[in-house]
Amino acid sequence: MSLSRRDLLQGASILGTGLLLAPGRAWGQKTTVKLAFIGPLTGGTASNGLGGRNSFLLAVQERNADSKSKYRYETEVLDDECKPTVAVQAALKATSDPAIVAGVTHYCSVTAIATVDTYHKAGMPAMVWGAVLPEITYSHTYVEITRVNGTMINQNNIAADFAVKTLGFKTFALIHDTTDYGRAHAKYFGEYVEKAGGKILSTQGTAKDQKDYTAELTRAKGDRPEVIWYGGLTPDGVRVKVQMDKLGLRAQFQGTSGIKSDTFNETAGTSAEGTLAFVEGAPTEKLPGGKKFLDAYARAGFKEPSEAYGPFAYVAANLVIDAIESVGPDRAKVAERLKRTRNANTIIGPVEFDEHGQNTVPLISKYVSQDGKWVLWEDSEYASGKRTLPGLRFKKL
Amino acid sequence: MPPLELLLQQTLNGVMLGVMYALIAVGFTLFFGVLDVIHFSHGDIFMLGAFVGLSTLLGLAVVGLRTPLLALPPAFAVAVLVTGLVGVGAERVCVKPLARSSPLMTLLATLSLGLVLRESVLIFYPRGADPKPFPQLLPAGGFEVGGVAVRYENLTILAIGFAAMIGVDLVIRRTRMGAAIRAVAQDPEAAQMMGVNLDRTVDATFFLGSGLAAVAGMLSGFYYGEIHFIMGITGGVIGFSAAAIGGLGNVYGAIVGGLLFGVLQTTAAALIPRGSEFRDVVAFAVVMLFLIFKPSGILGEKSVERV
Repeated sequence: MSLSRRDLLQGASILGTGLLLAPGRAWGQKTTVKLAFIGPLTGGTASNGLGGRNSFLLAVQERNADSKSKYRYETEVLDDECKPTVAVQAALKATSDPAIVAGVTHYCSVTAIATVDTYHKAGMPAMVWGAVLPEITYSHTYVEITRVNGTMINQNNIAADFAVKTLGFKTFALIHDTTDYGRAHAKYFGEYVEKAGGKILSTQGTAKDQKDYTAELTRAKGDRPEVIWYGGLTPDGVRVKVQMDKLGLRAQFQGTSGIKSDTFNETAGTSAEGTLAFVEGAPTEKLPGGKKFLDAYARAGFKEPSEAYGPFAYVAANLVIDAIESVGPDRAKVAERLKRTRNANTIIGPVEFDEHGQNTVPLISKYVSQDGKWVLWEDSEYASGKRTLPGLRFKKL
Repeated sequence: MPPLELLLQQTLNGVMLGVMYALIAVGFTLFFGVLDVIHFSHGDIFMLGAFVGLSTLLGLAVVGLRTPLLALPPAFAVAVLVTGLVGVGAERVCVKPLARSSPLMTLLATLSLGLVLRESVLIFYPRGADPKPFPQLLPAGGFEVGGVAVRYENLTILAIGFAAMIGVDLVIRRTRMGAAIRAVAQDPEAAQMMGVNLDRTVDATFFLGSGLAAVAGMLSGFYYGEIHFIMGITGGVIGFSAAAIGGLGNVYGAIVGGLLFGVLQTTAAALIPRGSEFRDVVAFAVVMLFLIFKPSGILGEKSVERV
């Protein structure tokens, strides 16, 4: 059943790309090069995966439409369902196709970390476009793995400093999903909070896709924390926030990049108001090339929004294509070339990889949910003083 | 040891969960009682009930029926009717034709049907992969008693849940169809000889069980504020486990099992160090202990046959 769904998705995306590009165009003698995209196209985080996929396809379409490009690019879109086992199967499928030169791979940390060895063994360059677990780039020195977005280390450093030093919150109750993503976020956030002078009252791990959080929240409520922090992804983040309100838990809610999606605001409704989240990069429209990207994305007529990490998938696809254009469609040469990326000019600003293939110019943005939308903290009415964060309001009670 | 008010709050949390589990468990136990089958797509029928309820509420909102009094009765009625009929369809396609074959065949057929239902919602419901916000129509607000937060919404959910259970009890004990269901559960051949229409009785049982699952699905939507296409997987496993703890085949056992399972999950998360990571481990370990040491369950009449 899942196989046929994936096949359908692949078929549709390849057909879609073909239809967009095909009319009246002669390809001449250009050699065809295949690129893989892997991300969560179904399941709870599908909205981010679909936004990433569309952004990737947009980069490929633009390059195919460019008469100066040396190759014609075809795409293979695979669904990792945000599950490690499915991701390894998708990675094996991509790497075993010799026509695929490189991949733009994974939004979820659990899938990105699970597939690192698969890409390395096959020698296929894979550029991570969304996953933030540090170990994805820092646990090895594989030439094949690079990452265009920042890691959760930077994210949590900024998030903890902001909560403790800027907003003045002192006590935190942490809840996290027990995947690598949630655990590592909790570890780094906890460390940085204590360093900043805050106090962690409790840390509770929960199963991914857990439905009921009332037991954990009631337990946390007993400690009267000023902040409930959740390390996990959107569907679970929605449940934690909604159930927090229903239990009458008077505390600020703060999440990680995993909850910063339009789906969070849509599903949590009025409960979302005043939630804090931290994301690598900046709002798409504020990125150096953000407007151009959003205009092109709108023109391409994709059904789903590009979401927060779409621009990263777009940049990853462009960097991979640039490398292929420069050294030819050879996996080893492309991997070497990508790892040596220095000061690349992209729509997210300059990109430069360190010896681990990690982009060293991370930019972290602070967001607050305001009237059903994620608003950059600096632009929000919470920052201007017009509104007060729920957590600060409760502190005064 | 947490203070008393937190223990009471956790117990209330557990009872809320337990009511929803119990409604699913009653379906499992009815099907097992009447046909000796374990209907593994029942969890996805529960999910379907929630989605039918949501679609009806959204449809009613479009025609201007947004107030709880006007929207809730038709939404519950449509969800119960549609889901009940799907349940009857499931029984006619996946259960009855395989009645004489190995139980493994029914198990496989119902598991497959569950997958079909789940994937259909994912593919055909608009943006089916995302969790869907559920309209909050139950009374908002609440009060505190001795530090325990009680919401009017929770009281309404409990009232609807227990009303549904009492309704099923009345149907089973006081109506002709209920008598037929009990007769078929005791001895199908003797019941037929006494003039009970077996086909109609089985249809009614599946309608009743699936309709209750739809009520559970909608209550889950109101309680959590959202529904998701994968909610039936754990819902089904827990519902079945609750029925097994209570005693497969016994409706009251399913209710006791559901409540016990809910309270077990929350107290495990509350009282055991790092319990939130182990809540399901603890709850399912108790299920295993029951299956080993008391396979007939707390109030069970039939034990699971060993083959």
